[in-house]
Amino acid sequence: MADYAHPEMLVSTEWVAQHAKDPSVRVVEVDVDTNSYQEGHVPGAIAWAWTTQLCDTTRRDILSKSQFEKLMSNSGISNDTTVVLYGDNNNWFAAWALWQMNMYGHKNVKLMNGGRKKWLAEGREVSTDVPKPAAATYHASGPDNSLRSFLDQVQAALQGSSHAMVDVRSPQEFSGEILAPPGLPETCQRGGHIPHARNIPWGKACNEDGTFKSADQLKALYGGEGVDGSKPVITYCRIGERSSHTWFVLKYLLGYDRVSNYDGSWTEWGNLVGAPVERGAALAHPAAKA
Amino acid sequence: MNVEYHAERKIEIDGWPVNLASYRIGEMFYCRADNVSPGAGIAHTQGATREEAEQKAIARAKELLGRTRRREI
Repeated sequence: MADYAHPEMLVSTEWVAQHAKDPSVRVVEVDVDTNSYQEGHVPGAIAWAWTTQLCDTTRRDILSKSQFEKLMSNSGISNDTTVVLYGDNNNWFAAWALWQMNMYGHKNVKLMNGGRKKWLAEGREVSTDVPKPAAATYHASGPDNSLRSFLDQVQAALQGSSHAMVDVRSPQEFSGEILAPPGLPETCQRGGHIPHARNIPWGKACNEDGTFKSADQLKALYGGEGVDGSKPVITYCRIGERSSHTWFVLKYLLGYDRVSNYDGSWTEWGNLVGAPVERGAALAHPAAKA
Repeated sequence: MNVEYHAERKIEIDGWPVNLASYRIGEMFYCRADNVSPGAGIAHTQGATREEAEQKAIARAKELLGRTRRREI
């Protein structure tokens, strides 16, 4: 992990095994499948449900500052707690949680490299005990909206070539062949992608064991599509969680300083009346090696 | 307790590649099926044996994948 721009943003499964119960550390499991935690989790870990605890359940939005402070407080997290996030699907929603924690200024938050997949595959200890942490005092800052793109910013970016746009969905979603990942509900009226976006599926950043690829491999992957940090980058997917995974890769593993996550993503764009849409498979980028 | 007998294999259901990951925790076997691309979990089941957990996951995955509509582009 040493070659990453910010290796301090990752910890290994072994580190977690050694430190999960340290008083200054809080390990949190954030899964797509919110039932996973109950079958067994990292001993000492608590869980956040993305459907109810990491979003505003009335309007479509991330947590408000006060909601975020309440979640941290109820989770026994104070401003100086080291928070380690992990989850299923190679940390999709763990990255989503980290993105929100960044927006609200938490200084010390990391991902467990490889997520739940690696922990299980390594045959590590799991527990079904659910910790009940004592409430802590927490004061958030922000939100830092430079980490987030809203619809009007994406529309403005589309007018020029000021930004690199990265669609991290599967090639079939990008082309418009399917409207949602196979087996999941369709959440949009139209298929395709935002014009000029590059299709770099999130999973290309990962090894088979769920860990992130090396810095050199990631540079080649994104650089080959013209995403090299010279322009601000906007990432998007369907609802914003896969794109927060790629946001993490670009911001912390490659060190690009202007990366934002368009969490409205295709669920917003693909339902928008009159929005420009391109269909069809991705074309090779001129920067791609033959 | 530790996770035991973790194994993964790829199969195809209705033309879609599916990854099955199964393992034992305590007395139960669990199986998770995900669509290989993009890697989203579509079924998560349990059973007294690996075979039972996998068969439940395959049945559920088949049901959900069967609803996925491919469009001409």
